[in-house]
Amino acid sequence: MTVAIDRATGKRHGDRAPRPGPRGRLKSAYQKHWYAYAMIIPVVVVLGVLVLYPLVYGLYLTLTDANSLNTARTIGVNHIDATYKFIGLDNYKDILFGPTSYDRFWSHFIWTIVWTAVCVTLHYTIGLALALLLNQKLRGRTLYRLILILPWAVPTFVTVFGWRFMLADGGIINTALHTLHLPQPDWLESTFWQRTAAIMVNTWCGVPFMMVSMLGGLQSIDASLYEAAEMDGAGPWQRFRYVTLPGLRSVSSTVVLLGVIWTFNQFAVIFLLFGNTAPDASILVTWSYYLGFGQQPRDFAQSAAYGILLLAILIVFTSFYRRWLNRNDQQLAI
Amino acid sequence: MSTTTTPQRTRRRGELGRAGSLASHGILIVASLIALFPIAWLVFLSLGPDSDDYLHPAGIWKKMTLGNYSFVLQHTEFFDWLKSSLIVSLGTTVIGVTIAASTGYAVSRMRFPGYRKFMWVLLVTQMFPIAVLIVPMYQILADLQLIDSYLGLILVYCSTAVPYCAWLLKGYFDTIPFEIDEAGRVDGLNPFGTFARLILPLAKPGLAVAAFYSFLTAFGEVAFASTFMLSDTKYTFAVGLQTFVSEHDAQRNLMAATAVLIAIPVAAFFYLVQKNLVTGLTAGGTKG
Repeated sequence: MTVAIDRATGKRHGDRAPRPGPRGRLKSAYQKHWYAYAMIIPVVVVLGVLVLYPLVYGLYLTLTDANSLNTARTIGVNHIDATYKFIGLDNYKDILFGPTSYDRFWSHFIWTIVWTAVCVTLHYTIGLALALLLNQKLRGRTLYRLILILPWAVPTFVTVFGWRFMLADGGIINTALHTLHLPQPDWLESTFWQRTAAIMVNTWCGVPFMMVSMLGGLQSIDASLYEAAEMDGAGPWQRFRYVTLPGLRSVSSTVVLLGVIWTFNQFAVIFLLFGNTAPDASILVTWSYYLGFGQQPRDFAQSAAYGILLLAILIVFTSFYRRWLNRNDQQLAI
Repeated sequence: MSTTTTPQRTRRRGELGRAGSLASHGILIVASLIALFPIAWLVFLSLGPDSDDYLHPAGIWKKMTLGNYSFVLQHTEFFDWLKSSLIVSLGTTVIGVTIAASTGYAVSRMRFPGYRKFMWVLLVTQMFPIAVLIVPMYQILADLQLIDSYLGLILVYCSTAVPYCAWLLKGYFDTIPFEIDEAGRVDGLNPFGTFARLILPLAKPGLAVAAFYSFLTAFGEVAFASTFMLSDTKYTFAVGLQTFVSEHDAQRNLMAATAVLIAIPVAAFFYLVQKNLVTGLTAGGTKG
């Protein structure tokens, strides 16, 4: 048995007296750990009020037919009471299996998966490649590093508008393509090009974080490992394959998980790039927002139901990911 | 082996040959241009006086002016937006860091029944898509008359800032040697005393990182701010900037100028703290 020492109270977990009864156990647990509980109380209270309560309330809303016409609202001086009613799991049934559910849910679901996979792959490979380049003894690498993290330094809501000017009809990108006699896609109108543009912009925004994290990972690899590999006659590719990649495993598994979560939840890029004009290029998050706040009447119940489904997808993914890591003897680094 | 084949001068580890060095510089220069261009373009467009100058950028060279900037500063709600952004972001930062600090310490040092579950809750809360909370939050805030108020938005942001800060601070506290706690205990301090008198002063860099990060996140948030702030004097920058294009006559020149005015201080701030930010994020990331 591993003996964990409680660093604050100095007690060993391993050696304890014979188990007392349930009441005594509760009492001794309280006496032993009340410091810890007192310290986490503020966060527990905040999460209970700000996360758990809205979550439960949202869950309840998904079981109703609430929309902006039947919820409680105040118009001028008149207060109108809520008139929505309980309809059980009908919202979920309608979203997943109802008529036109392909257009409303599954097409966005598939696009969200493609979006997440493509974006995270691009973030990771480009980030790793740039980190490897920057990890060399190279003149001016501090300057390169400072320029390359610029997309991370400027808030997304600012840079997306820069991209919007560039991608617009007659903007610099299409003008450049015109001079090169290449076809000029309508980036902000047709679905395929909207999707391409969104992936492009999000890749541009997300690479710096990956690059910086991977650079940190590269610098923490012990240089003597490379020496040893060289002594054994390993070429550059073998050094990369058998020293660098394994050394980056823990950082990689963390940043890939974070990348998946962030990209899956990415709201700002698509929302600001297209507004409410591109329902087909919406991923599930922006589509749910459109249902709840971008149309009239606002469909609160279905929007909240999408939110719950999204959370469920993320939780399932994360637990499988952790299990997969554990099976490969890796610890998730967060 | 590659080093034995170079006759005149042995190349040291990590040094590149001429071709390799050229290729590396080439790729890095292209990547830097790609990273730089959209922002540089925004700055360039902000100097053109007319709203459709972005269609004929070559014409801007001849009529370059700072007129957009003075117009934005004098005739738009720029300073109202600045005030709202600062109130909301600073409020979130202060509440987030204050509340999360002791929790970060507790989960770093103590193992209590329910520890794993608690950490799992902290992790899951951070990955909440905005779609989960936005509808119920909207209803609750409407009931409490907190729509279109700074307090409402701060509370919403705290739902992500607090668990995030707790994670980040745990990572930092893990790097502080446990011997310090033990020394404190030997000298008769209880865990609260150890935390307040010994650990907290040592954790200032970690607290700063958590603060910076909450600030930047709250500052750049789009969805909640666009939905919950209704009057144009209470918009944060993320909402205010959208007003330039959502109206029928898109004032792109003014928007570009506003974007630049927002971007410069934020980017400067980011560069000041980025070294700490990166170490903080990875310190939280590499410890179990």
